[in-house]
Amino acid sequence: MADGEKVLNVAVVSAERALWSGQAKSIVAKTPEGDIGILPNHEPVLALLVDSSALRVEELDGSRLVVAVHGGFFSVAGNEVNVIAEVAELAEDIDLERAQAALSRIQANGSPEEELSALRRAETRLQVAEIAKTVQAR
Amino acid sequence: MGAQLRVYRRRIKSVQATKKITKAMELIASSRIVKAQQRLEASLPYLTHLYAAINAAATGAADVRKHPLMANEENRTKAAVLVVTADRGLAGAYSSNAIKEAEALTTNLRDKGISVTPYVVGRKGVSYYRFRDREMGGQYTGFTDQPTYSDAKRIGEDLLAAFMTPTAEGGVDEIHVVYTHFRSMVSQEARIRRILPLEVVDEVVTKEEGAPPSALYEFEPDAESVLDGLLPQYIDQTVYSALLMAAASEHAARRRAMKSATDNAEEMIKSLSRQANQARQAEITQEISEIVGGADALSAAG
Repeated sequence: MADGEKVLNVAVVSAERALWSGQAKSIVAKTPEGDIGILPNHEPVLALLVDSSALRVEELDGSRLVVAVHGGFFSVAGNEVNVIAEVAELAEDIDLERAQAALSRIQANGSPEEELSALRRAETRLQVAEIAKTVQAR
Repeated sequence: MGAQLRVYRRRIKSVQATKKITKAMELIASSRIVKAQQRLEASLPYLTHLYAAINAAATGAADVRKHPLMANEENRTKAAVLVVTADRGLAGAYSSNAIKEAEALTTNLRDKGISVTPYVVGRKGVSYYRFRDREMGGQYTGFTDQPTYSDAKRIGEDLLAAFMTPTAEGGVDEIHVVYTHFRSMVSQEARIRRILPLEVVDEVVTKEEGAPPSALYEFEPDAESVLDGLLPQYIDQTVYSALLMAAASEHAARRRAMKSATDNAEEMIKSLSRQANQARQAEITQEISEIVGGADALSAAG
C-alpha cells in the first residue's frame, strides 16, 4: 500500500459487546478454506471463521492486534470489515495463567467429548497470547 | 395505653417494615433495569451484523428453499415453544403474562394440528408446567435476572438439536419464543417470535441504513456453508436477545409492582395513624370525662 490513503475500518464484535474498532492496514483471518488476508479495496467477502482461531490485525501505526475468536464470521464490504464472533478476546485481555490452568485441568480430566471445545478454546488462547508476544518482540 | 391503640401501633410498625423492604426492592430493580438495558444495547451490533449476514447468505445460496433455515414446509407437525419467565416472584403479572401468551400460542398451534413442546426459562414457568404435569423439553433456571451468553447458548444448543432431529424421532419443525418485550420503562408486553423457519430477515435488514447490496458478496467457502455456520449462532443470538429483553422487562415489572406496594403501604400507614390518633383522642376524652364525673360526684357528696 503505497499512499496509505485507503484504510480498512475494522470492528470486532462479540455477542455480548463491541470489542474493538479502529483503522487497519490489513487483517489476516483463518477460514475453513485456509488463511485469508484482507487489504484495503478488497472485494466484498463473507467468510466463516474457523472455530477458535487467531485473527491478526495490522493497525495503521504498524502495531499488531491479535484476537482469539471462537465461532463466528467476518464480512468485508467497501473497506468496512466486521468481525463477528460469539466469543472474542483481545490478546492483551487473555489471562495466560488461567488459560494454562484450564488447559492442564482439561487434559488431566481425560477430555471427554463435551470438554473438546473448552480444550480448543484454552489452546487458542495460549496460541494467541504467544503470537501477540512474538509480534510485539519484533 | 388502651388495647385498641396498642393494636394500631403494632400494625403501623409492621406495615412500616414491609414498606422498607418493598422500597429497597424497588430501588434495586430500578438500578438493574439500567444495567439490563445497557447489556441489551451492547448486544445489538452483533445482532444487526448477524442478521445482515444471514440475509446476504440466503440471497447468495443457490437453493434457499431447501435449506433448513428457510424451508417453509406446509405440513409441520411439531413445534418447540421457548417461554421466558422469571425466577422470582414479586414482579406483578410479569411471569403469568408470558405464560398466558404461551398458552394462547399453544392453543393456536394445536388448532393447526401442531403439537407443542414447551422449553421453559425461569422457576415460575417451570413450576407452572410441572404443577399441571405437562412435559417440558427443557428447563432452565437461575439466571433470568442476569442472563449471559453461555446461558443462551445452552438453550440454543438444545433447540437446535431438537430442530435437527427428524420429527419422527421426536424432533420439531418450528421454534417459537415467547418473551416480554421491553418497550419502555413503563410499558412491556409479552410477545411471540418465530425463530425457525426464518421469517424476519428482510424486515430486520432493511432497517439498516446504507447496507451494501448483499448480492455482491463473495462467500468463503460457499453460501450454503456460511448459512449452515450461521444457523446455530442465529438461534443462540435470538435466544440471547430474548433473554436480555425479558430480564429488562422483569426488572421493570418488579420495580412497578414494588412501587405500587410501597405506595399502598404509605397509604395504609396514613389511614392507620389516623385511626390510632382517633383512638388516643377517644381515650383522653374518656379519661377527662371520668375525672370530671368523679369530681362532680365528690363535690355532690361533700
